[in-house]
Amino acid sequence: MKIKLITQISFSMLYARLKQTTVAAVGVTFSITMFIALLSFMAGLNDLLDNLILNRTPHVRLYNEILPSIIQPIDRMGVNSGTYNFVKHIKPKNDLLEIRNSEAIITALKNDPNVLGVAPKTAVPIFYNVGVINLTGVINGIDVDAENRLFTFQDYVVEGNTIDLKNTPNSIILGIGAAKKMLIQVGDNIQITTNEGNRLQLKVVGFFQSGIEEIDKVQSYATIATTQKILRKPASYITDIQVKLYDMTKAPALAKSYNKLFEVQAIDIQTANAQFETGSSVRTLISYAVGITLLIVAGFGIYNILNMMIYEKMDSIAILKATGFSGKDVNAIFITIALTIGLVGGALGLIFGLGLSALIGQIPFNTASLPTVKTYPINYNINFYLIGAIFSIITTYFAGYFPSRKASRIDPVDIIRGK
Amino acid sequence: MEKKVIEAIGISKSFHDPITVKVLSDVSFSINSGEFVSIVGKSGCGKSTLLYILSTMDTSYEGQLFLDGILMNKKKDKELAKVRNEKIGFVFQFHYLLAEFNILKNVMLPGLKLGIFPPKEIEHRAYEKLKILGIENEAIKFPNQLSGGQKQRVAIARALINEPLIIMGDEPTGNLDKKNSDMVFNIFKELAEEYRQTLLIVTHDMDFAANTHRIITMEDGKIISNL
Repeated sequence: MKIKLITQISFSMLYARLKQTTVAAVGVTFSITMFIALLSFMAGLNDLLDNLILNRTPHVRLYNEILPSIIQPIDRMGVNSGTYNFVKHIKPKNDLLEIRNSEAIITALKNDPNVLGVAPKTAVPIFYNVGVINLTGVINGIDVDAENRLFTFQDYVVEGNTIDLKNTPNSIILGIGAAKKMLIQVGDNIQITTNEGNRLQLKVVGFFQSGIEEIDKVQSYATIATTQKILRKPASYITDIQVKLYDMTKAPALAKSYNKLFEVQAIDIQTANAQFETGSSVRTLISYAVGITLLIVAGFGIYNILNMMIYEKMDSIAILKATGFSGKDVNAIFITIALTIGLVGGALGLIFGLGLSALIGQIPFNTASLPTVKTYPINYNINFYLIGAIFSIITTYFAGYFPSRKASRIDPVDIIRGK
Repeated sequence: MEKKVIEAIGISKSFHDPITVKVLSDVSFSINSGEFVSIVGKSGCGKSTLLYILSTMDTSYEGQLFLDGILMNKKKDKELAKVRNEKIGFVFQFHYLLAEFNILKNVMLPGLKLGIFPPKEIEHRAYEKLKILGIENEAIKFPNQLSGGQKQRVAIARALINEPLIIMGDEPTGNLDKKNSDMVFNIFKELAEEYRQTLLIVTHDMDFAANTHRIITMEDGKIISNL
């Protein structure tokens, strides 16, 4: 009953000053709209840039590195315990990059409940032979299906089809940078040489473009079987196991446990790509700062209008108090006015924000390095809308708080006697 | 003996800005139920100040104030607001109607605030009060569509809506011409005599005061006669 009466009085006052309150609400609407659009757009761009790397990077990568043995033969003797052995000029041992027992590891990983998928890989450093010139490069032997499923490989193949890689023996998908250098068309044959001097002819079935030029100049893809043939290794020869997890944040912990369990090097995505996190968070911070600044400015607008309204309504406040409305009631009336402006303005802002970001999402955005992106990226994250809604209410509440307090402290005697 | 509606014991008040001036010194009197009392005096004698103290709106004074037998000193803002809402009806020199509401709603507001009756009932009562004052036909008009005398009658209807113990008036006829102020006076008289309504009116209009039951005359912050 009391709340109903107070909202009734508030709304009547709002209605009597419709133009001013509309201006105040439009201020809130504008700031929320911009807040939503800005954050959606910024987050969309962040995702796009991060995905350039993160989509193509396994959450945990298992591999072998050429390292000196940690335990030297003399340590195994164990005779002179309590003494130290000094071994100078240790050299890395002649070990293979192959992951030992790879099939068992893959099976174990596939049964791990944290793991979304596993894609084995065999990386081979090679030379592309172009006439008398040799260009350095790397062929990644991949499981085409797993790569498509986990790392959206197909998205980056700009010419040809990944299926051809699987179905054509001795085929290769060439990085577009390398292809341009060699003046190669899809369907051509190229010749490659390995470090050991093995030569092989490969048929080009497609080009791929990652968006990172340095990679496109060097890398190409073939099936694992083809790379094993290039290296003249058995079918179990695998140099990398790429693991994609359900929850990326678990990667560092899991990398550590895999490192112990499988006795291989394991690197997690956070360690490998720390700089991307930093870039994203700074960009997000800037957009929040701009958005909140807009809101605070809108808050000052509401503050002004309420202050003006209170000066105009001195008489009404005085008589309300004289006829039995307490300071608290008067406070509630003006807070209700402020919150109504905030709620209506904020709600419209959320709708317009959605509209504006959808509009931005329609603007064409073509760039050579991002073959899959045709329009500006937008992230429709519900959190932005929640934050926008909460902030619009908080700012309008504070904008209304001080004028309302002033109104509640008006002494009716001063007003009535002053007449 | 009649019930005492208001009892003031030793009320004193000083203004301190810019220099200390004593506006009320040791004022004591009481008003019984059903009385029609006027306070007269020259301007600046403290009669309005006394009225605002009696109305509980002004709380900075010394002395004791009993309203309906209850001590008002040291009550909180919220409690005093409730007392004003329930027990006191006000009529000021200026009508103080809310421009955003129509006449009926203006009269209803204190009743809605009190919240004892459902809104429908309050509306009915407000309509009754307007009828007593002969302005029921203006109920759905807005204050700016009414004449000064009509507005003042609406203000009286508003003062009556919660059936207060006492109606206080601060120069209620001060802004009106002779014809309208006679009409307002007749309304007060009718309320006092037919409805046994207690009234306390501050005025400087001696003709008005002469027709009330009791005249309290003030000078320099003191009551000099109470007849």
